[in-house]
Amino acid sequence: MPKSKSAYSIPTKKEKSDTYIFVVWVDNEAGVLARVVGLFSGRGYNIESLAVAEVDAVKNISRITIVTTGTPQVIDQIKRQLTKLVPVHKVAEFKREDKNVIFKEMALFKITGKKKKMDKCLNVCKKFDLVILDETKTSKVIQITALRREIDKISKKLKPWGLVSASRTGAVAMTRGAKIFN
Amino acid sequence: MPKLYTGAEIVFKCLEDQKVEHIFGYPGGAVLPIYDELKNHTSIKHILVRHEQGAGHAAEGYARSSGKPGVVLVTSGPGATNVVTALTDAYMDSVPLVCISGQVPTHLIGTDAFQECDTTGITRPCTKHNWLVKDINDLSEIMHEAFKVATTGRPGPVLVDIPKDIQFAKTKYKKPKKEKKLNGKSKNEFSQKQIDQLIDLLKNAKKPVIYSGGGVINSGPKASDALREFVELTGFPITSTLQGLGAYPGDDNQFLGMLGMHGTYEANNAMHDCDLLINIGARFDDRITGKIDEFSPNSKKVHIDIDPSSINKIIKVDLAIVGDVAKVIGKVNKTILKKKNGHNKSNKSNIAKWWEQIQKWREKDSLNFINSNNSIKPQHAVQRLYELTKDKDTYVTTEVGQHQMWAAQHYKFNKPNRWMTSGGLGTMGYGLPAAVGVQIAHPEKLVVDIAGEASVLMTMQEMSTAVQYNLPIKIFILNNQYMGMVRQWQELLHEKNYSESYSEALPDFLKMAEAYGCKGIKAENPSELDYKIQEMIDYNGPVIFDCHVDPNENCFPMIPSGKPHNQMILGPNDQEENKIKGKGKALV
Repeated sequence: MPKSKSAYSIPTKKEKSDTYIFVVWVDNEAGVLARVVGLFSGRGYNIESLAVAEVDAVKNISRITIVTTGTPQVIDQIKRQLTKLVPVHKVAEFKREDKNVIFKEMALFKITGKKKKMDKCLNVCKKFDLVILDETKTSKVIQITALRREIDKISKKLKPWGLVSASRTGAVAMTRGAKIFN
Repeated sequence: MPKLYTGAEIVFKCLEDQKVEHIFGYPGGAVLPIYDELKNHTSIKHILVRHEQGAGHAAEGYARSSGKPGVVLVTSGPGATNVVTALTDAYMDSVPLVCISGQVPTHLIGTDAFQECDTTGITRPCTKHNWLVKDINDLSEIMHEAFKVATTGRPGPVLVDIPKDIQFAKTKYKKPKKEKKLNGKSKNEFSQKQIDQLIDLLKNAKKPVIYSGGGVINSGPKASDALREFVELTGFPITSTLQGLGAYPGDDNQFLGMLGMHGTYEANNAMHDCDLLINIGARFDDRITGKIDEFSPNSKKVHIDIDPSSINKIIKVDLAIVGDVAKVIGKVNKTILKKKNGHNKSNKSNIAKWWEQIQKWREKDSLNFINSNNSIKPQHAVQRLYELTKDKDTYVTTEVGQHQMWAAQHYKFNKPNRWMTSGGLGTMGYGLPAAVGVQIAHPEKLVVDIAGEASVLMTMQEMSTAVQYNLPIKIFILNNQYMGMVRQWQELLHEKNYSESYSEALPDFLKMAEAYGCKGIKAENPSELDYKIQEMIDYNGPVIFDCHVDPNENCFPMIPSGKPHNQMILGPNDQEENKIKGKGKALV
């Protein structure tokens, strides 16, 4: 920030930021995603990934999963601000390192090139629930599910071996065991 | 078979069931069916403004002075965009507004039709919630919910966008449901344990201070009563934010005056040095806290607020009590009284030393100014206005700038809901239309807009509204020919480079008054001030009072840029002393 003499408030030292996952239950109505996303952009919060779909067709409830980074104070604010929105029913937030929560992201990869290189790709993806969705002599479309950072790593690795297109869902989350979010 | 009503009829049935008596609005193509229906509902009076922003601010003034939600009716497109400033203003200052806007017919939405705009998209960040009514069968429920959302929890503006075809369509009317739960949006879940914790803190405090805000006003007159009892029971000093003025009597000895950027020396020093800070219905705004790192460094902090998202947003607190101020403080008072029966040892003796210290700060007389016999000092003008109107249960609105701060410093409010000013958004042009709304809510009361000549020109057209409805509002303009606060900052912080802050070619306000059909009064000399103010008060009709004041006066005290509470710039007397010691320059 440039040094202005008339700056009334000067930014103070920052705490450490961490990655958190928010799960938000909302009424599935027009504009609800814009409200949630607008809250993030309007207040300067960051969105790393976002996944949303209806989960209860009878009650008309959608579940939004947002990955974000922020200091504990900012994360606390995000939660309180989200809870205030009228169509929001409940909000849960987890640290990415939380062992009691499963985070998964799905990715589709299109690989083209010689068989040898494509096999190399398949080999790397094997342990991530690999599914081959489509194949021709010169191409493959595959699906994997993994953690966000694992997918980051794999896609980097596959690039030189013929990865031409990648599509990712953004993380979704669920707690381990019989307990549900409250 | 139940009777079918048109959308326009349903709008009015809802307004009637919500006990709405006044709406502020401006007609246009997309709301014509609603305007057509107006004649059939005599319990609702429509106030025709001259610009939709004026409708919004008038509704704000109405709401803040009466405690009831303000209702606004505007057309699509420019009607809706013009009201955005007022909605944002209401959102920042937690004022309950229900804005009904017309929209192009459903089948034209998204086609860039004439006077179409994405109203719900534009107003989403400046309302608590908004609705686009796409199905006539949802209209009654949405209208009732709109009032509920606007008035419960932390109040705020909402908007209902109604396409023209929906206004014509017919359906059954649904009455408001009783006590519909808004999935926990209005919280009141504090526990006795929290109250007990607070009592413990009160007992042990040696240097306490109460910092109250607009939440006390919003919570209703009972909250102000509870606050007064609380201050009396504890014997603690109390300071208030701009929005909280009037919740506690401004002329009481326990009141330290306003705090913050232009707050008093004693209030800000008490905030800085205290060991217990009790925030009641305020939000640690940046004009209050100054430099966050050095804000009240040695205190335990308590925050009582109805909005959970206000807690720990700016300042981390040691004890947070989420709830309605009236209920929380009521409970605290009860608990104190109960416990006093056990051991009647009040801690008033504990804080005697603290009061001595406060007395020393008070002796600085930080609101002082050097009065003059030749020119009217703006502070003097506000003081005279106060003295001449204080026995009249006067309602005061303001615009934004120096005059606003002088009004806050020198006009002493003794009752809640008497002071309407744009604090959060700082909207120049707020005061005149707000005065219109206040006068509508209180036709028999004296309503004064303490204004600056630059601000008031932004919404001057609403004088025409005041004249049309014969609203005897008094526009008291402290005319210094500058955007005074801008000029002050330029003088203190930008080497006196008065870039674009002088208004050349100001209108002749007397002729302007004449043109609008109201009374104009001009005062240029301190000796004529009193009788001219009296003339203004006595005149039964709207008045524009052009009070020519010293153009070079600055608003002190002031916390300069990036400084904590205990490093204030004081008024001219003190600066003179400092100059002798060679420290004067350091202040700038």
